[in-house]
Amino acid sequence: MNQGIEVVGLYVHDQDEALAFYVEKLGFRVHTDVGNGDYRWLTVQHPDQPSFQLGLFTPGPPVLDAATAQAVRAIVAKGAMPPLVLTVDDCRAAYARLLALGVEFTQEPVDRYGTVDAGFRDPSGNGWKMIQGRG
Amino acid sequence: MAIHSINQDPSLLRRLLRAKDRMDAASHEEWPVGRLAQVSGVSEAHFARSFKQAFGIPPHRYLLTRRIERAMALLRDSDLPITDIAFETGWASLGTFGRTFRDITGDSPSAVRSRAKATPHELGRVPVCIVSAAHRPGLTIAVSEKRRLAADGTNGPEQQQEIP
Repeated sequence: MNQGIEVVGLYVHDQDEALAFYVEKLGFRVHTDVGNGDYRWLTVQHPDQPSFQLGLFTPGPPVLDAATAQAVRAIVAKGAMPPLVLTVDDCRAAYARLLALGVEFTQEPVDRYGTVDAGFRDPSGNGWKMIQGRG
Repeated sequence: MAIHSINQDPSLLRRLLRAKDRMDAASHEEWPVGRLAQVSGVSEAHFARSFKQAFGIPPHRYLLTRRIERAMALLRDSDLPITDIAFETGWASLGTFGRTFRDITGDSPSAVRSRAKATPHELGRVPVCIVSAAHRPGLTIAVSEKRRLAADGTNGPEQQQEIP
């Protein structure tokens, strides 16, 4: 199969803050960064996964009305968005590297049933699981 | 009390989430409200009120749900003696653990264990944290209400021994 998901977006509190986090700390790179008035379409991608873009979007007009945007901002800040999973070859090494960069971990690497996983949050509160798959 | 947490400042909510994360990461530890307030960078009174408004449950009661959830996971997935599970999940005595566990789940730890062991699980492909969350007890029953009223919805002053 040569088709698949191209973009999935995250709601973030601040696009510049999110960009710095995903690029400078997680090692993603910018795919598209296009402004149109107050609106900014911003996607990043994992260097090993060029077919997939992660959108970093702020909830707000014109896409969302002001009241809905406020509700979404609150939900994001409370960590209530769906889980995100990052696959890594070596969870403990990635943990040490990201921790040194100041990434906010919610869970140190733990061995479970043959995998190792850790948890962190992006600056907005989106929760990531970082999982080292079975070898 | 207003329950519209969407009207709370997102940056405050983000800091409240940090305190919740810390309880999640170490639910066996003591979390008096002063310690939680410090994590969130707000006063104790503001913390207790804002946390409940944000998450719909007072911080102490939230901590209890995490402890019971973890105890249930250990009963289900390990062969640790129940005494060890009690201490490992943050209770000061087996008696308090057993009583609280029964109050919240309606059953004794040993009964929950034997029932869990007799039930086949097919959750191997679901991340463990999600499985745990799905088994988290809802703490809406009488005993917790009683305790909540006693504690006025907070963990109580810093110097107090934490309930239970």
